[in-house]
Amino acid sequence: MSTPTAATEPVVDRLATEPGDGLATTTGAGVAAGSRAVLWLALPLAITAALCFLAPLLPLPDPNEQNLRNTLQPPVFAGGDWSHPLGTDKLGRDMLARLLHGGQLTFIIGVAGALVAVVPGALIGLAAGFARGKVDAVVSQLISAQLALPFVLIALPIIIARGQSIWVLLLVLGLTGWAPVARVVRAEAMSVRERQFILGLRAVGASGARIMFRHVLPNLAAVLVVLGTLQVGTAILIESALSFLGMGVVEPDMSWGSILASGQDILKQGWWVSTIPGIAITAVVLLVNLLGDALLVRYDPRKRQY
Amino acid sequence: MIVFIARKVGGALVTFAVAITLAFLLSRMSGDPTANILGPFATPDQFESLRERLGLNDPLPVQFLDYLKSAFTADFGESLQYGQSNTQLILERLPNTIVLIVLAMAIAIGIGVPLGVVAATKEGSAWDRLASTVALLGQSMPVFWLGLMLILVFAVNLGLLPAGQDGSLKHVILPAVTLSMYPLAQIARLTRATMAEVLREPYIDAARARGLRSRRIIGVHALRNASMPVVTITALQAGLLLSGAVAVEYVFNYSGFGLLAIQAVEFRDYTLVQAVVAFGVLAFILLNLAVDLLYAVIDPRIRRA
Repeated sequence: MSTPTAATEPVVDRLATEPGDGLATTTGAGVAAGSRAVLWLALPLAITAALCFLAPLLPLPDPNEQNLRNTLQPPVFAGGDWSHPLGTDKLGRDMLARLLHGGQLTFIIGVAGALVAVVPGALIGLAAGFARGKVDAVVSQLISAQLALPFVLIALPIIIARGQSIWVLLLVLGLTGWAPVARVVRAEAMSVRERQFILGLRAVGASGARIMFRHVLPNLAAVLVVLGTLQVGTAILIESALSFLGMGVVEPDMSWGSILASGQDILKQGWWVSTIPGIAITAVVLLVNLLGDALLVRYDPRKRQY
Repeated sequence: MIVFIARKVGGALVTFAVAITLAFLLSRMSGDPTANILGPFATPDQFESLRERLGLNDPLPVQFLDYLKSAFTADFGESLQYGQSNTQLILERLPNTIVLIVLAMAIAIGIGVPLGVVAATKEGSAWDRLASTVALLGQSMPVFWLGLMLILVFAVNLGLLPAGQDGSLKHVILPAVTLSMYPLAQIARLTRATMAEVLREPYIDAARARGLRSRRIIGVHALRNASMPVVTITALQAGLLLSGAVAVEYVFNYSGFGLLAIQAVEFRDYTLVQAVVAFGVLAFILLNLAVDLLYAVIDPRIRRA
């Protein structure tokens, strides 16, 4: 199909429609401003992640410790007390402890989910954009076919055959994520390939594989960093959706998506059980998306007008 | 024009065949479903008869041909769970989902386009910032969570609207608003970007110089030229909404295509899942095809390309 097929991220679209030449040179002042934005967005993300991974060292109750006499205690800001700052869930487990422990898996799946999409996507896109011809035709067809399979439709047959597990989740993230990445990388690789220094390398007799991996790939580093960042946000959203539908993370494992799911049937009695992890997911994905935008601006000043 | 249409339809058929093949390979690569369907206490005889019934004992190429045949004839056999024809089950549920998606798209366009236009004409203003914030938030939020929050506010606390099920228009409002959030955000962002670009074109200055009122310039001259990418994204989003609808229908217990898909997975209804996947792919590809053809109608230059 000739129309630019659906991408889940607008920034990815912008990358796809304007094939640039990878790492653009930036002026000093612009880099400084861009770097500052990147820092201010990366810092709260890093702190949140650190809090989640250091949770076992913090003076918090065990996230799986049930106390059936103390169920559905409201959080402090809704009339609860400080023994459970974010309240308790329907089994009397401390929400703050669950939120921080659950964040570990959310971050791990976010990053791993981005890697399983970006690495194969980049390699396939690179090969197609660099080789052109038949390889490119086949890959392009595969990309548009893959983009016609939304993640839920990919997840359904796999989960019905395998049941749900974190590995299945990563498989789904890889299978859904590679195509948009490959599409962008393919376009970028095509434009890098036409540049003068590639011609020079060919003239001195460098092999195709060497040019591809040692010279074209490094020129795509900036694009890959931006794509990878945005993919973390997408992976976290997909994880939460699948966990919510009971097809992702299931007890006793916990992630923000599965904690959120556990509160859906007690909205009336304990609204905070679903509300709090949802806010956490939204905040982290928002920061990740803003970081992706900032990185794009940092690496490519032509996009700064947006 | 006929050559153009033929080429587009041919391309769509190829994409459909490739996507269906991918779906088949995915389901076969992920292993034997019978263990998951029957559970740990089934006897070997039960396994054997289920494998026979699902056609899993045939050689792989035969299975593939059977699957292709069922995909192109829209006959997917009977559901394990309901004992009815899968195609019929899907067709019964589809109208509910279509109502939901159409309403969601109407909301997304009705709010997203004006929001983007205002943001583009008043770049840097408070409106602009509001539009960007709404757009970014809409794209960072788990859709089903928004649904839960709307239920919490409008159904549980205020009691204004029903929290679930289907039937009247009232029941569709909350699910449609929920489902509209993501496309709304994307349409607003894209409208803003393309409008801002068009407004910098020389013919806009020319129109101003001729003394046209700025409402006319923005509404007629600029918006029409900015509409192409918005049309694309609208149609593509409508295709993606089919999978978005899965989570939303589940939250609101709204009896459509998506809820059927979830029930199929919950009951390990293998044949129904395969039918659902094929229908989902088909719907998405048909929408893509519709966009391609619509393009040619709007812009004659494309027909020749």
